Amino acid sequence: MEEKQTYTVSIYTENNIGLLNRISAIFQKRHINIESINSSKSEIKSVSRITLLVKITEVNMKKIIGQIEKQVEVIKAYYHIDKDTVYQDSCLFKLSSDLLIDNDEIQNIINDSRTKIIYVNKEFFVLKKSGKKEEIEELYHILQKHGIMQFVRAGRIAITKDAMDISSIIATYNK
Amino acid sequence: MENKKIKITGAEAVVKCLLEEGAELIYGYPGGAIMPIYDELYKYQDKLQHVLTRHEQGATHAAQGFARATGKVGVAMATSGPGATNLITGIADAQIDSTPMVCITGQVASHLLGSDAFQETDIIGISTPVTKWNYQITRAEEIPEVMAKAFYIARSGRPGPVLIDITKDAQLNSFDFSYKKCNGIRSYQPTPTVDSNKVQEAATIINNAKKPMIVFGQGIILGEAEKELKAFIEKGDIPAAWTILGLSALETKHPLNVGMVGMHGNYGPNVLTNECDVLIALGMRFDDRVTGNLETYAKQAKVIHFEIDPAEVDKNVKSDVAVLGNVKDTLAQILPLINKKNHDSWKEEFKKKDKLEFDKVIKGDLFPEKEGLTMAEVLEQINVASNDDAIIVSDVGQHQMFACRYAKFSQTKSNITSGGLGTMGFALPAAIGAKMGVPNREVVAIIGDGGYQMTIQELGTIFQSKVPVKIVVLNNEYLGMVRQWQELFFDKRYASTEMVNPDFVAIAKGYYIDAKKVTKREDLASAVQEMMASKDAYFLEVAIEKENNVFPMIPTGASVSDMRLS
Repeated sequence: MEEKQTYTVSIYTENNIGLLNRISAIFQKRHINIESINSSKSEIKSVSRITLLVKITEVNMKKIIGQIEKQVEVIKAYYHIDKDTVYQDSCLFKLSSDLLIDNDEIQNIINDSRTKIIYVNKEFFVLKKSGKKEEIEELYHILQKHGIMQFVRAGRIAITKDAMDISSIIATYNK
Repeated sequence: MENKKIKITGAEAVVKCLLEEGAELIYGYPGGAIMPIYDELYKYQDKLQHVLTRHEQGATHAAQGFARATGKVGVAMATSGPGATNLITGIADAQIDSTPMVCITGQVASHLLGSDAFQETDIIGISTPVTKWNYQITRAEEIPEVMAKAFYIARSGRPGPVLIDITKDAQLNSFDFSYKKCNGIRSYQPTPTVDSNKVQEAATIINNAKKPMIVFGQGIILGEAEKELKAFIEKGDIPAAWTILGLSALETKHPLNVGMVGMHGNYGPNVLTNECDVLIALGMRFDDRVTGNLETYAKQAKVIHFEIDPAEVDKNVKSDVAVLGNVKDTLAQILPLINKKNHDSWKEEFKKKDKLEFDKVIKGDLFPEKEGLTMAEVLEQINVASNDDAIIVSDVGQHQMFACRYAKFSQTKSNITSGGLGTMGFALPAAIGAKMGVPNREVVAIIGDGGYQMTIQELGTIFQSKVPVKIVVLNNEYLGMVRQWQELFFDKRYASTEMVNPDFVAIAKGYYIDAKKVTKREDLASAVQEMMASKDAYFLEVAIEKENNVFPMIPTGASVSDMRLS
């Protein structure tokens, strides 16, 4: 069997209610877990961009891309491996404000791990971290022993190194 | 062109859109959330006929039967909640068998959406995986554009079902109506542009083939490429086999028609799939019931796949050349590029296998020595009485395989059956739609005693709407296909497959439909003739040998080479 690997799938779509459901159903039908998903606007007006992460074989990836592109409101779908993208995972930690007082270790973590405090009050503070998934995992591990009050990670967003020339695809469609 | 604007309600707009799209006949069932549209149907009944089925599932299958027999878009209508959910089986069937259908459902008023209102169900969510497209209309103004898109999407490219859900307030509100047909959607490219290099590559491979073989599917019928198919196979002298949904695209008696591929297909085209040097797939999708074990399927052959849907290419079988496009266009383009050929010795291989199948299987099916009647005998009598020219609508199970193996066809769009989904209960309502779509043709439904009872209530539709279909129930008092598997693979443990049946003749007569039961061979021919001669609907029950099996057979997971003759 061919080995599974992580693919970043980028899907350019019309912005319609229910389309996300239609796309996730394609993965569900094949019993494939979506590791993360993100939907946003794109570089083109009125075109949305869905970015999702799955771990599957390339053979299956190609078949699924075909089935995604077949959906009426999908303009174009691409898949990439990590090295062909520039990507970011980002997360937020909620921690107790007590940790900020006379705690060298926490001070060092904040200084060393390129994190940023984005909110603070008497009870808690919120730490923001962006980077590779592994860095976030590592920070999570370190902070865990100090007590994490809340943690959340956003879906990966990725820019591809290759061009995805949606504008010219749309131009040919409009002809 | 844009029409002059007139102020009408959303409900009236729906009916006007249907008329604009050429609908004449729709199937459905009223209810609370769709009453405004039914009120308009009442007013427009001289222009648009609504057929009341006895269950919403029947409405979808009737719309499918209509679409399959005519090539037009079938239309089904239901109310919200249970009305809408009852459509799902037919929609799923239309999706997997690429049938153009538009379903319209009523929905609770938009201010109630999500509140668990009476007869509210999220039919958009439920139908998403089984529709080509779906959309919920919450404002009357959206109706013309969405309806135009619905018909365009349903019928273009690889056809499929579309569901439009309309909230009650959108039906009741008035707006300035004008209609413009849809002829394109930015994100949707239904028919790929033909790549002439691929056509040339395919032609070169075909010209060098010594033992080429074609398997054609429903793409030929949906693309109306029957003439192109015939010209192609005749020039290349290429044996042509068909999938269950390709059946009737090429007349049965054509000398290059070598029969059905797949689990219960013919012996020759199955085993020779693994001996041909070039396999040409035309408008078919290599379903697992066609290929058997993929690891041992046509590995020796170069595979050329003519296909309209790019997602089907390399999905199950890796092709050496994929020729994307409407098969009507791609076949027309390849025809001048292929050489006139003669493959007599290769065709002889098919004849040898046919002889073997005749001796081991067909002889016993058609000329049985046992007392009990076989399903094949009944089909043969229908061939005789209809001059090989009936539309055969089959349900799902053993009788379906017998129908496809033994029914003879002279013209296209004559075999209507649930292929991909295998929906029991399909045939009776589908036959209604087929007959109403093509009233000048004889329509015969072939149904097992199991499937018949799944939609038997549609006898009411046949009676009320005076649909002169011929209904043949092949009764072996078993869920025969499952019983056959239990016999072969589960040591004859007949778990829940025996049927204790009612008096089917009495039931048909209860609906004022002429009916007869045949139990003896000597009565069969005359009973079939009497049925076919009837001007009205007619019901014929034939008592079949209880443990009549369908052979040949490729057991699940086996190779096409290992097809069993007994």
